[in-house]
Amino acid sequence: MIAIEDVSKRYADGTVAVDRLSLQIPDHSITVLVGPSGCGKTTTLRMINRMVEPSSGTIRINGEDIRSRPVNALRRSMGYVIQNAGLFQHRTILDNIATVPRLLGWSKERARARAAELMERVGLDPGMARRYPYQLSGGQQQRVGVARALASDPPILLMDEPFSAVDPVVRRGLQEELLRIQEELGKAIVFVTHDMDEAITVGDRVAVMRTGGKLAQFASPDELLSSPADAFVEEFLGADRGIRGLSFLSTRELTLDRTAVFPVGADWQEIAGRADAPAQVLVTDAAGRPLGWADPTAWGGEVEALEPHGQTFEVGRDSLRVALDRAVLSPTGRAVAVDGAGQVLGVAGQETIAAAIRAARRQRAADSEPGPSQVKAAR
Amino acid sequence: MNGFFDIPSDLQHSYPGLISWHMQEALIPVLVGLLLALPIGLLCVRFNWVYAPVLWVTTVLYAIPSLAFFVVLIDYTGLSRLTVMIPLSLYSLVILVPSVVDGVRSVPEETNAAAAAMGIGLVRRYFQVQLPIAVPAITAGLRVATASSISLVSVGALIGNQGALGNLLTTAMLYHRPVLAVNSVVTTAVLAVVVDALLVLLRRVLTPWQPPSARRAGRGRATTAGAARTPESVS
Repeated sequence: MIAIEDVSKRYADGTVAVDRLSLQIPDHSITVLVGPSGCGKTTTLRMINRMVEPSSGTIRINGEDIRSRPVNALRRSMGYVIQNAGLFQHRTILDNIATVPRLLGWSKERARARAAELMERVGLDPGMARRYPYQLSGGQQQRVGVARALASDPPILLMDEPFSAVDPVVRRGLQEELLRIQEELGKAIVFVTHDMDEAITVGDRVAVMRTGGKLAQFASPDELLSSPADAFVEEFLGADRGIRGLSFLSTRELTLDRTAVFPVGADWQEIAGRADAPAQVLVTDAAGRPLGWADPTAWGGEVEALEPHGQTFEVGRDSLRVALDRAVLSPTGRAVAVDGAGQVLGVAGQETIAAAIRAARRQRAADSEPGPSQVKAAR
Repeated sequence: MNGFFDIPSDLQHSYPGLISWHMQEALIPVLVGLLLALPIGLLCVRFNWVYAPVLWVTTVLYAIPSLAFFVVLIDYTGLSRLTVMIPLSLYSLVILVPSVVDGVRSVPEETNAAAAAMGIGLVRRYFQVQLPIAVPAITAGLRVATASSISLVSVGALIGNQGALGNLLTTAMLYHRPVLAVNSVVTTAVLAVVVDALLVLLRRVLTPWQPPSARRAGRGRATTAGAARTPESVS
């Protein structure tokens, strides 16, 4: 637990980078500091490893004032990941990762063995061990940066805009990798970003800071999106916070329509002849996987003639945001729900999803406390 | 070229002996200059304000003609090799301090921040992170310093025959054997070229981490900047 207690940072020229900030950063979770440039988020991060000394206030780790330890010992007990990775260009990938273990006095063999293990953990090809940083792409360098920070297995990881300099596709991959690694390691991670989407994707808790170094709101991403504290937070969240908030609503309670789903071998004459025959039906293969949409009165039975069903959503795993997205993109306005094996569970129209959203909101308001059942997903 | 390698006995050295003497007198000062430049560089990097006065003092020293320097030193160190090597050490220092400081300053900010954040202390950071990354800039400075040092040793011939290969120049005049002067000039030039090539090789060996494009461009601005201000263009 990192406790930031009433911390301020004023510079000699009178600028206030951080203004009386108090923040409790829990273990085993990712806490994101987010805000516009000049809001003091990086300064706050750097005060935790004393690269910046606070003008007033105290920072404690597990109750102990961080000033009670020698500064380099403190820093070696925390991983640090920086924008552009900041790799040592004169050292191989393996030796970059082995830096802190070596500083802690590990033998070269042990440090390198640990480094090799970490390369695997962050998804780097072991063949890169002997290469130099210039031979790697930006995304790969950033993976090395993460591996280097994790090398001595520190309980705390500080990440300063770690993924800001890579392209969006690579960034998404790195974010997913971080969440996967965090699931395995359960560190106390402090993550600085200016990107609200990234904050909501990776954060368990998000601290929104405003210019002048003041805390605007500290809440879970879900709570942030559903009830921003003030106009500043609301504006910073962007125009589509309603849609984004759907990421935290589960599809589990969604009512699925099974009446418009038929296997490819069904009696189409009979279906077309029904009085309540649907205008569009979803045709599945023998195993129950979706093949496409068809008008039962016009379809001749050729799979090639089906209208593509587009992407599906997995009930329980995907959020209502994904379901709504699929429905909006579907040619029939209905999204195809599948189970983990890819078999069709039913379809859901936009109205059904909208009803589910309203129901979930009502439920949420009744509970008022965000429960553990919420899905953490931006998939 | 009759008698090209026929060195008069009063020089008390064979041709290879002269070369070895010349190299010692030229390279030891460069080494001393480098060893002094590293801690001075650390000071300049740590305390930014030190750099300007250091640069000012060294530049003034650089402006002193080598011969004048020798003459002043004779009072203290006599007609010895030391009298030649002390000014050469200072000249090397003048070239190497900016090379070291500029090289260290060119280390990317995020590399320094990452090193600090990992708990690498100031001195360790300087020697293990910043200096290795500054190697291309430092070798560029070393090349200028050694070339200038190798040529300047010859001036030592004027103070008690302490000029190694330069002594051939005075002897050539004494015995009216111009071929000895040619020998002196050619040998000095060849030595300078060979040492320069070795330094390039050294840089290649020390910097396997440089992208190939940077390796080709690695001649460095220090070479051109330094060449414009060799001491002999002053004296």
